[in-house]
Amino acid sequence: MLLHLPLAELEVGHHLYWQIGNLNIHGQVFLSSWIVIGALLAVVVLGTRKMERDPRGVQNLLEFLWDYLRDLARDQIGEKVYRDWLPFIGTLFLFIFVSNWGGALIPWRIVHLPSGELGAPTADINTTVAMALLVSLAFFYAGLSNKGLKFFEYYVEPTPIMLPFKIIEEFTKPLSLSFRLFGNILADELAVAVLASLVPLLVPLPVMLLGLFTSAIQALIFATLAAFYIGEAVHEEAH
Amino acid sequence: MHSWLLLAEAATPKGGLFDLDATLPLMAVQVVVLTFVLNALFFRPVGKAVEDREGYISTSRAQAKEKLAQAERLEAELKAQLLDARKQSVAVIQQAEEEVDRLFREALAVAQSEANSVREKARGEVDAEKAKAFSGIDAQAEKLSSLIVDRLLAA
Repeated sequence: MLLHLPLAELEVGHHLYWQIGNLNIHGQVFLSSWIVIGALLAVVVLGTRKMERDPRGVQNLLEFLWDYLRDLARDQIGEKVYRDWLPFIGTLFLFIFVSNWGGALIPWRIVHLPSGELGAPTADINTTVAMALLVSLAFFYAGLSNKGLKFFEYYVEPTPIMLPFKIIEEFTKPLSLSFRLFGNILADELAVAVLASLVPLLVPLPVMLLGLFTSAIQALIFATLAAFYIGEAVHEEAH
Repeated sequence: MHSWLLLAEAATPKGGLFDLDATLPLMAVQVVVLTFVLNALFFRPVGKAVEDREGYISTSRAQAKEKLAQAERLEAELKAQLLDARKQSVAVIQQAEEEVDRLFREALAVAQSEANSVREKARGEVDAEKAKAFSGIDAQAEKLSSLIVDRLLAA
């Protein structure tokens, strides 16, 4: 699928295929994800190397992030079990955030791949669906491990009429989660690429800034919704 | 140049925007692994540091409050003691003044009475001497007069 523009070519839907056994995987997604994960881990390792009671340098940033994520998880999941889910919610947020910003800020075009091009890992549908399905799994795991079979009462509350809607919701949740993130990031990358191909200087900058903003917002939305779903699963009804 | 990236170009699938394949489960595994790695490297140590600090702050706050209360109690106690001491000192000064006054009056009274008695005695003595002198003069005058009379008569 090639988008033909007067000045430059824009590639969409081209992938760098790696084959493992009979399976095809998108190499460019993994390459860029390893780079952003590497950057994330580098910051984390740098900041936690020498923890002090009076935080210094990167430790400040990490503590701010931790505090922010704790508040997010605690608000959505509740005081009782948020500790179990903080790493998962926090990882989703951090991974999506560094992926989105990495996709926007790292000059991927320097590297030429034989096929496809590097970009935000979250601009690939596989990544977002994978994370959305993990959220669904976490939803069921959290509900079942906290309430046992009583968890399924969730589907008939407050009234059994809700049953079909709640079942449909289980399918729409991962669908909306994955497509929201995928669509936003891909659209942002395309908008920037199209503008940059038309007017290479200055004009794409506002769109890039807007892209950074939406990227951050999307990470927050994904993490908040994931926490909200898990919070729904572990929520205790006040009977 | 980048042929090492192309592990198998032979049977390349068609591709596309919604091309779901083995990337999905592998990415899921990667995210789960990343969750555990970040839990060990980030969430646990940073959480421990932050919560340790929160604990440290709350205990030092409580300690400081306790110390402040203690200081206030001590201050009140010392103020009460000071007030007491002031009152006592005023009382002592008053007492001492009264004592001095009393002693002075006593001494004055004693001295006055003594002076009086000495004066009385002196006056008595003077009177007696006077009386004695007068009586001596009288006797001598009588003797002299009788002597004069005798002489006149004898002449």
